[in-house]
Amino acid sequence: MSSAASRMLPPTGRMLPPAGRLGRLRRAGTDAGSLRLIERHARAYRHAWLVFASGVFEPLLYLLSLGLGLGVLIGKVPGPGGRLVPYREFVAPGLLAVSSMNGAMYDSTFNVFFRLKYAKLYDAILATPIRPAQLALGEIGWALIRGAIYAVAFTLVMLALGLVHSPWAVLAVPGAVLIGFAFAAVGMAGTTYMKSWQDFDYVILASMPLFLFSATFYPLSVYPRPLQVIIECTPLYQGVVLLRDLVLGAPGPGLLWRAAYLAALGLAGLLVTGRRLARLLLV
Amino acid sequence: MLVRARGLTKRFEDFTAVAGIDFDLYRGEAFGFLGPNGAGKSSTMRMIGCVSPPTSGELAILGLDPVRDGSAIRARLGVVPQEDTLDVELTVRENLLVYGRYFGLPRKVIRERTAALLDFVQLADRAADKVDPLSGGLKRRLTIARSLINEPEILILDEPTTGLDPQARHVVWDRLFRLKQRGVTLILTTHYMDEAEQLCDRLVVMDHGRFAAEGSPRDLIARYCSPEVLELRFDPELHEQAGDKLKDFPAERAELLADRILLYVTDGDEALAAVRETGLEPLTSLVRRGTLEDVFLHLTGRRLED
Repeated sequence: MSSAASRMLPPTGRMLPPAGRLGRLRRAGTDAGSLRLIERHARAYRHAWLVFASGVFEPLLYLLSLGLGLGVLIGKVPGPGGRLVPYREFVAPGLLAVSSMNGAMYDSTFNVFFRLKYAKLYDAILATPIRPAQLALGEIGWALIRGAIYAVAFTLVMLALGLVHSPWAVLAVPGAVLIGFAFAAVGMAGTTYMKSWQDFDYVILASMPLFLFSATFYPLSVYPRPLQVIIECTPLYQGVVLLRDLVLGAPGPGLLWRAAYLAALGLAGLLVTGRRLARLLLV
Repeated sequence: MLVRARGLTKRFEDFTAVAGIDFDLYRGEAFGFLGPNGAGKSSTMRMIGCVSPPTSGELAILGLDPVRDGSAIRARLGVVPQEDTLDVELTVRENLLVYGRYFGLPRKVIRERTAALLDFVQLADRAADKVDPLSGGLKRRLTIARSLINEPEILILDEPTTGLDPQARHVVWDRLFRLKQRGVTLILTTHYMDEAEQLCDRLVVMDHGRFAAEGSPRDLIARYCSPEVLELRFDPELHEQAGDKLKDFPAERAELLADRILLYVTDGDEALAAVRETGLEPLTSLVRRGTLEDVFLHLTGRRLED
């Protein structure tokens, strides 16, 4: 089974298309498969645009409550390099990172599980020329497009509220998309192992502490050193710092490492997901 | 030849669903797999649909290898799965539009075909409706329309009318018959013998992953069944006793079912008179022609829908 499944995976070095015109035609016809799934989702959300739009509001509500509300009481906190910044400026990029994670996780876990087990969407699609790895790429691609739209909206609001002081902030949007990529891919890979809705408690169990403790709401320096080391290993912390450094205009070389870490997680999740979908659906 | 299978086998861990079958399928024919649940029909269909790699044996579809060239083969197949897999988040029309896009067809082509296909399955007036509230019969018709969006060379139907009410079944049969008349090659599985008799040029009776018999419906009936069948129903208390008595009755064969006794004879009325002469008086009796159900009963000793 596994060898058969891996043969259905997409154009990596392992599966070279047959030479000649037929092979080229076939690739041209089917390699856009992941785009077709994105097209399908775009169409489906036309019937649920309110659900789509609601994704913009969640981080905004947090920003209003924590940044502008709680921020009045807190005053200044140490930002990048220990420089003191107003709390609302500190927390805003953190909220962008968190909402990128949450949005990606929601799309790639609940929605994917529903399509996999109940809507039988993937069974229908795999009867067409589309291959399992293209499904994985399409799902994750969709999560990223959605995430990018939300990130642009949030960044514009930050700008409007005067929370942005550096042109580097433009890179916060691709940064947020990268966070989304890591979590969408890992989340979807995990979803392929889930048996029932109860298993989603694990998703909450994993994302809730990340959400609360990844130096999103306060600086890492409040923790004792051993705890700091653990938190520095988590992807959301790396994402939070990435966005905070960009938005507050203090990018350093560490930025590249953080980006590479998130990208590597995403790629690993993508590969696992393609294989798992083949194993689950092509039996 | 569109499909060629030799020693085709599908095993799931220690369960053998398809136990080495050979068949050839030719362009333009309607080929049926008749058998009870669990006979291996759906596993065979999934292998032909290139969504299930064979465990062993040879399988060539349109001259291609389903494992290596699955995507290219699927581009030329139409599939009506046993369970509806319509996209419930989309409307009737969108289901066809989106499905056509999965095949990489240009939107203009899809729009033209969608209009024609919705007419064909008589769903044009529901085009803008959501899918979920549609009845089972309408969903099936939409699934059939969807499977035709890529103008497939082979249409694979896995139990196309299971779960439909009689009226809805007849509409589906009518549409499939029209497709057959147009020259579309059909492969279908069914456990309804009337469906197989109506639609199939050639069929195999499948049981426990193997073929028990193969031929046209008429051939099979002629080969494995008598010209007429006398069905007798007795008072439940006398049922077994009557069965014992009729075992030695001069019929080709007798079958004692839970509720009826079947006598396979040349002349049903004559046989009924002879039964009455032995002193047995059935509550009801029916003389009918042999069907594929009788063939199946003869070949496997079991009824199809049990």
